[in-house]
Amino acid sequence: MALRRALSRLLVNSQRCSLISVSRAQGTSAPAAYAKVQFNWRDALDLEGLLTEEEIMIRDSFRTYCQEKLMPRILMANRNEHFHREILNEMGELGVLGPTIQGYGCAGTSYVAYGLIAREVERVDSGYRSVMSVQSSLVMHPINAYGTEAQKQKYLPKLARGEILGCFGLTEPNHGSDPGGMETKAKYNPSSRTYTISGAKTWITNSPYADICVVWAKCEDGRVRGFVLERGMNGLSTPKIEGKFSLRASATGMILMDEVEVPEENLLPHVSGLAGPFGCLNNARYGIAWGALGAAEFCFHAARQYTLDRIQFGVPLARNQLIQKKMADMLTEITIGLQSCLQLGRLIDQKKYNPEMISMLKRNSCGKALDIARQARDMLGGNGIADEYHIIRHVLNLEAVNTYEGTHDIHALILGRAITGLQSFTVGK
Amino acid sequence: MLPLRFRRVTMSARVLVGVKRVIDYAVKIRVKPDRTGVVTDGVKHSMNPFCEIAVEEAVKLKEKKLVKEVVAVSCGPQQVQETIRTALAMGADRGIHVEVSGKDYETLGPLQVSKIFAALAKKEQADLIILGKQAIDDDCNQTGQMTAALLDWPQGTFASEVTLEADKLKVVREIDGGLETIKIKLPAVVTADLRLNTPRYATLPNIMKAKKKKIVNVKPADLGVDVSSRLEVLKVDEPPQRQSGVKVETVHDLVEKLKEAGRI
Repeated sequence: MALRRALSRLLVNSQRCSLISVSRAQGTSAPAAYAKVQFNWRDALDLEGLLTEEEIMIRDSFRTYCQEKLMPRILMANRNEHFHREILNEMGELGVLGPTIQGYGCAGTSYVAYGLIAREVERVDSGYRSVMSVQSSLVMHPINAYGTEAQKQKYLPKLARGEILGCFGLTEPNHGSDPGGMETKAKYNPSSRTYTISGAKTWITNSPYADICVVWAKCEDGRVRGFVLERGMNGLSTPKIEGKFSLRASATGMILMDEVEVPEENLLPHVSGLAGPFGCLNNARYGIAWGALGAAEFCFHAARQYTLDRIQFGVPLARNQLIQKKMADMLTEITIGLQSCLQLGRLIDQKKYNPEMISMLKRNSCGKALDIARQARDMLGGNGIADEYHIIRHVLNLEAVNTYEGTHDIHALILGRAITGLQSFTVGK
Repeated sequence: MLPLRFRRVTMSARVLVGVKRVIDYAVKIRVKPDRTGVVTDGVKHSMNPFCEIAVEEAVKLKEKKLVKEVVAVSCGPQQVQETIRTALAMGADRGIHVEVSGKDYETLGPLQVSKIFAALAKKEQADLIILGKQAIDDDCNQTGQMTAALLDWPQGTFASEVTLEADKLKVVREIDGGLETIKIKLPAVVTADLRLNTPRYATLPNIMKAKKKKIVNVKPADLGVDVSSRLEVLKVDEPPQRQSGVKVETVHDLVEKLKEAGRI
């Protein structure tokens, strides 16, 4: 009897109650030796309980901003391919740009907080999160990690406030997965103490509107180095890439450099070789691992609500087994993915991480999120292709997210090399 | 030491802001099976929206350098410290946690809270108390008024605009007939209405600074306040289920039905 009462309560409450509640067990024998914990599909393994009070406050404050200020804009921004430059200033005011950097007007918070921030933005749109990731991990981070004190003072506070926008130039038309083969060259001129940089970069988030570009070029000694180029320099242009069906709310373009003269003070001196750009990419990939799951969560929750509301053959779609199986898979992957991201964040904060960990989770989160978004789109039927229901936008966005910052397959090779000790990137030995 | 009401308010003014921890507005409320109250265990709580507006107003006054210090106060068990921290993250300088727990907390109401605030106002030598006009859980709309009465301070309730002019406060109040403007002398009690301001999002740097700000614990007994309640909750029920309506054919039928139901 007690068991049946408990069971019926679980079934009744699972529809209305979407939060964990702790209540005394129905046992009649000994006084309750354990408290019954109700399953919470929004947070199945109690990620909340593993966060600090500060992280919860940061997440809650930023989630409110994203839902109140970003969500209302995204439908039209995506439909009309309009980039809201203002969001950088708004995020700057909230202090979420370059959040892990100490000093220079940055918050100096944990990597877990950075991940939570990325998840909230991407819950709205991956394009917005890309803009934020580029600014924080691909522009502010290299200046902070590899730049001189003068460069940090000059650029970081303005980047943190969103006053200036940056972009990261590594990928080239002929060199995506193999950045080492880049053709952009930097030639030093001892007489004028400048570098002359020529080449083309493509698929650069923010470039059409960027005030500065952190460009990676091969120097005469064959080593790759980073340079800060500023808009207005002769020979520098940033045309927009048209016809994009992904990340439409963020502006993507090229960086074309025709013998751009860059003063030597703009070289990032404290790194050379591919370790430079890879350090930045790892920083960004970590944020993406969290972010992609935010997008997946939106799709899961939206599909759940839709299938509960839509009645076909006299019952909600959610009554069907095929629908429930899909949701069970979504719930599982998101829950497990988030737990792994939290552990990774904690390891990074303790400085006990390595790049392969980040590769593993970026790959997992993006691959699973793309699959979840596609399934969710299918569950919405015809309505699933309308941007008003938002899911199709996530489906299209996640195609890019799965590809950039290291494709799904490339990360597999990174892991394969770590597992076997044998590289399989090139045909040679 | 001059009585509070005769003290001239200078730039060293201190503001007390009350913040209440309530069930989040977005949560679907459920009545407990024993009908003694609503389910609060494990349910999402946050700062009462009108208290957020009160904190925002106080912090704005500080930013304009019209007041020197903003003190956030909350009454309740350990968890209310989260609410105080949120106020600190919005810009309050320090917090006071008045510990009330268990049965006392379940029966805590405006009368006891206003006694606590009156005592704290004297102890902290506050010049201004800003509260939300009401809490979204009990909708009492009494604490501000009672606090002013206990202190014999003027009150500006349902404030949609507050301007500090020397030692007087100009308050525009939202009333049924429209807007009423009054001028009251400090020290005073103000309660915040919806349109007073738009609360800021707590920024990351401020959330992190909030960790270092102090929250002091006091007990009602230390303030000489008895928190026992003179009210007893007999039962709590859900609102009656909405019944389906009836369609009528003509206006004549409509009038007949309304008469039947005793409505006209």
